[in-house]
Amino acid sequence: MKERLKQIHDMAVDAFKEAREIKDIEDLKVKYLGKKGELTAILKEMGKLSAEEKPVIGQMANEVRQDLEVKIDEAKKRLEALELNRRMEKEAIDVTMPGKHLPEGHKHPMSIVIDEICDIFMGMGYEVAEGPEVEKDYYNFEALNIPANHPAKDEQDTFYINGDILLRTQTSPVQVRTMETGKMPIRMVCPGAVYRSDEVDATHSPVFHQLEGLVVDKGITMGDLKGALEVFAKELFGADTKVRFRPHHFPFTEPSAEMDVTCFACGGKGCRVCKGEGYIEMLGCGMVHPKVLKMSGIDPEVYSGFAFGMGLERVAMQRYGITDLRLLFENDTKFLKQF
Amino acid sequence: MDVPMSWLKEYVDVKADIKEYMEDITLTGSKVEGCTHMGGELKNIVTGQITAVEKHPDADKLVVCSVNVGGEKPLTIVTGAPNVKAGDYVPVALDGSVIAGGKEIHTGALRGVLSEGMLCSIEELGADRHDFPEAPEYGIYIFPEPVELGKEVADVLDLKDDVVEFEITSNRPDCFSIIGIARETAATYQEALRYPEIKVEEKAQGRAEDFISVEIANPELCPRYIARVVKNVKIEPSPRWMRKRLRAAGVRPINNIVDITNYVMLELGQPMHAFDIDDIAERKIIVRNAKEGEQITTLDGNVRQLDPSMLVISDPEKAVAIAGVMGGENSKVSEEAEAILFESANFNGPNIRITAKKVGLRTDASGKYEKGLDPNLALDAVNRAVQLVELLGAGEVVPGMVDCYPNVRENWELSYSPEWINRFLGIEIAEEEMAQIFERLEMKVDRENHKVIVPTFRPDLEAQADLAEEVARFYGYDKIVPTLAAGTPTVGKKTYSQNITDLVKRTMVANGLCEAMTFSFESPKVFDKLMIPKDSTLRRAITISNPLGEDYSIMRTVSFNGILTSLATNYNRRNESAGLFEVAKVYIPKELPLTELPHEIPTLTMGMYGKMDFYDIKGIVERLMSQLGIKNAEYSTEKNIPWMHPGRTAAITIDGVSVGYVGELHPIVAKNYEIGTKVYLAVLDMEVLVDKSNMVSTYQPLPKFPAITRDIAMLVKDQVTVKEIKDVITTNGGEYLESVVLFDVYKGAQIEEGYKSVAYSISFRSQQQTLAESDIADAMQAILQALSAQLGAQLRDK
Repeated sequence: MKERLKQIHDMAVDAFKEAREIKDIEDLKVKYLGKKGELTAILKEMGKLSAEEKPVIGQMANEVRQDLEVKIDEAKKRLEALELNRRMEKEAIDVTMPGKHLPEGHKHPMSIVIDEICDIFMGMGYEVAEGPEVEKDYYNFEALNIPANHPAKDEQDTFYINGDILLRTQTSPVQVRTMETGKMPIRMVCPGAVYRSDEVDATHSPVFHQLEGLVVDKGITMGDLKGALEVFAKELFGADTKVRFRPHHFPFTEPSAEMDVTCFACGGKGCRVCKGEGYIEMLGCGMVHPKVLKMSGIDPEVYSGFAFGMGLERVAMQRYGITDLRLLFENDTKFLKQF
Repeated sequence: MDVPMSWLKEYVDVKADIKEYMEDITLTGSKVEGCTHMGGELKNIVTGQITAVEKHPDADKLVVCSVNVGGEKPLTIVTGAPNVKAGDYVPVALDGSVIAGGKEIHTGALRGVLSEGMLCSIEELGADRHDFPEAPEYGIYIFPEPVELGKEVADVLDLKDDVVEFEITSNRPDCFSIIGIARETAATYQEALRYPEIKVEEKAQGRAEDFISVEIANPELCPRYIARVVKNVKIEPSPRWMRKRLRAAGVRPINNIVDITNYVMLELGQPMHAFDIDDIAERKIIVRNAKEGEQITTLDGNVRQLDPSMLVISDPEKAVAIAGVMGGENSKVSEEAEAILFESANFNGPNIRITAKKVGLRTDASGKYEKGLDPNLALDAVNRAVQLVELLGAGEVVPGMVDCYPNVRENWELSYSPEWINRFLGIEIAEEEMAQIFERLEMKVDRENHKVIVPTFRPDLEAQADLAEEVARFYGYDKIVPTLAAGTPTVGKKTYSQNITDLVKRTMVANGLCEAMTFSFESPKVFDKLMIPKDSTLRRAITISNPLGEDYSIMRTVSFNGILTSLATNYNRRNESAGLFEVAKVYIPKELPLTELPHEIPTLTMGMYGKMDFYDIKGIVERLMSQLGIKNAEYSTEKNIPWMHPGRTAAITIDGVSVGYVGELHPIVAKNYEIGTKVYLAVLDMEVLVDKSNMVSTYQPLPKFPAITRDIAMLVKDQVTVKEIKDVITTNGGEYLESVVLFDVYKGAQIEEGYKSVAYSISFRSQQQTLAESDIADAMQAILQALSAQLGAQLRDK
């Protein structure tokens, strides 16, 4: 009987090994372990055995059954894996085909630059302010120490609505409006559209964008002006950027300066972009003129401050290598999708 | 302002090379725009003497010259010039030389004769007959005197100079002169300034008063007028040194008298004018306002219309010059002039600026006057001019002058606090160093009382902050140590509405739209293009009084012309589809003409075309509302927007407040923009969106009990909107109604013409229990009855 059990075990194991389909395994399972299966048949004969043999054969038969069940499982897993592999092979696709896309939106390059600059200054504690574009002459000129008939008024080629109202030529009127609120201290930047009567060409537009900054507090120094703008330039253009402050003149600041940054193209060695100077003019700045503080109701004996202003189109054009300003206003999606 | 370095160096020593100089002077505040190296390109052109001239064997118009350039062997040079002969001293471009214009000259055969160089005309040396009147109109330049052979011609003729171009800011009229730049240069290098010594011999008989009288009728516009007289005038070209300086500074030499006025203007910054004294009736100068309708023919031959706001120089009969702008033809100094009057005057800057603008004539003189000149400068200038007359032998100077100067401008005093200046700049320099900086700028310093006396040529120095700038300039901006402002801490942030605007833009980008940027002024023709009725208030736009042209003449009252124009650009460039958005303002006047600032309303505009329909753009609008936490936006049919498709436009309201609309552009408007496909547009008022936005989220417990869902399908007439159906379901849905979702709209086979099949999925849920069929039976019954009764819906079997 032992012999027969062993025989059945070995035959079954071989049969499982040879099975090629899950169905074969099921059939074999019935054949050997089913109610009418071979092992069951043997067990039915157990009654004939002696008392000593019974437990021995019984245990053996159990072992055979358990082993066969394990083998059946193994064979099943093997075949299932095989089948899955075969199916996946059939499911193969061309993975080099393009993916599916939702339509892609993009921010305008000017917005990208404006947001980035605002973020830098917000990190330094500046609020973002706004002001009207159709502005009073008073805010755009007079309150900024540019009285009627000042030559600087001519230089700016102003669009007028009437004698008192104009399209702002600079974001600087927002300085005055901010100071007039009387809230101290002031740390603010103001990006926005400004207007000057320039014909449209590759480098000029009657509408363009500026960003204005203003800090007023007790004890603000020209060193603070340099510090803030140096941090800003390094954040915007990279840690290696060097800045240079040159004396200049603006009616609303005294002392006034222009800040140059090392040329993006050559890093300061001098090239065609910077006309060999190594530096590119970046912004105008200065200590707020005491007259301007006073006109806005701030006591220049107590407070001091600095202000700065920059053209943003130039920053965007230099950053992205855009050579024609008109592209910024055409809104060709082939252009806009590049940013 | 062009400054020839050779001229500058007459007044101040500059030891730095030109590159260093430009950097140094820029850093003390005189901004260099560039530098021209005059004669810099000339190479290897030397003096030579022609020893023989022979006919060219093969060409009638050429000659073969033997030229001695100081070498062992004479050179053979072929030339076509008609004016050379043996013995002439000429400029010779040697083999490998470079002439003006950068052209290289090499040895080469001319009709079979080898020419070892080229003889040069004055133009080939980069000059012209204004600089060298002795040069022939055509032909080789011949030196009037013998010259040493083999020398660089550029040196012999003094053709080389570095001319530095400065940008002069409007606060520094004193720097509009060589002497002004010299003063800044001297202060930069702490060198001495050599002011020209001005001395006049006055050899003529009589007194200036005998020849001329001056009356200033409007001293406000003419603070000072000085006249000096020169007799026995001899008009001729001015000497080479003067012509060279004028040319280098960008002024064309004319004759000695004109050149002297220009020379003084360049040197000292004071515009001058010369009149033929015989043209001045009664020899009386009256400085007065022009008369209504008065005219004058200016020196350039143009008739200029004057008005009473303008100042003229006149005699008792006629105007002889537009003050500070240009002289009149009627008093021009001609070749025959015998006696002349030099005018050195001071005029009101703003008035000159306006006059120059009105007559459309901006001259060197008006450009200087309009910045506001120092009236004290006029005296030195007129004396300098007559000194030059004597130096050039151009005439005899009559002793004395007529000087009308009713209100003398005096120096003024300014106090300063060294501590304040140090604190303001964030530096620490000694009082003495500050005092020395002030002295370098020709201020007188009272060290004990911390006061300076400001020279009258520095009107920009009005207060302590101005003195601080002078200290900073010459201490060095670069030496100020950068610091970060301490003071009261502030929080960097945006306002709520700025943050909402950012969120709107992010949502647009996330939904596939590209951000556009358009002009805020446009053409009034836009209204017709958009079919906006003639009586619409939208046509009441703010007009720019001096626009660049009609196309940019009104401030927009509608936000989308720019977007439509941009879509047209995309369409025209064959972009298959385009989706754009912009958040920008419209400008709505409170009244016209404008007396107060208009309402600037930020507006979100979306525009798109391509493979899409109304529901694509509406989907974006709905997504936006959801992002902004706006749950109750309502859409209703809108037939009355002239530029929109009347059947495919929805007005949008939130809590009954109109926020804008979404829909398809009217086909005629699309055609007006030359867009040959359907265009979808949404326009939303940002102020309302900001107001209605709700960024506060409150947690709602997740449902614990399952929902019961019933699907119903019904037939309704086409005109019935899904909004109406939804409203009926919602109203009758009872307390457990959770959601009403449209999942199918069908027209076509099996559906009667004029009807549509609409299917909804209606969910009910309770937060307290699992609902049983019986809990919703009443609600379903009510819904079905109401749909049938109110909308004539026929329930379809599913």
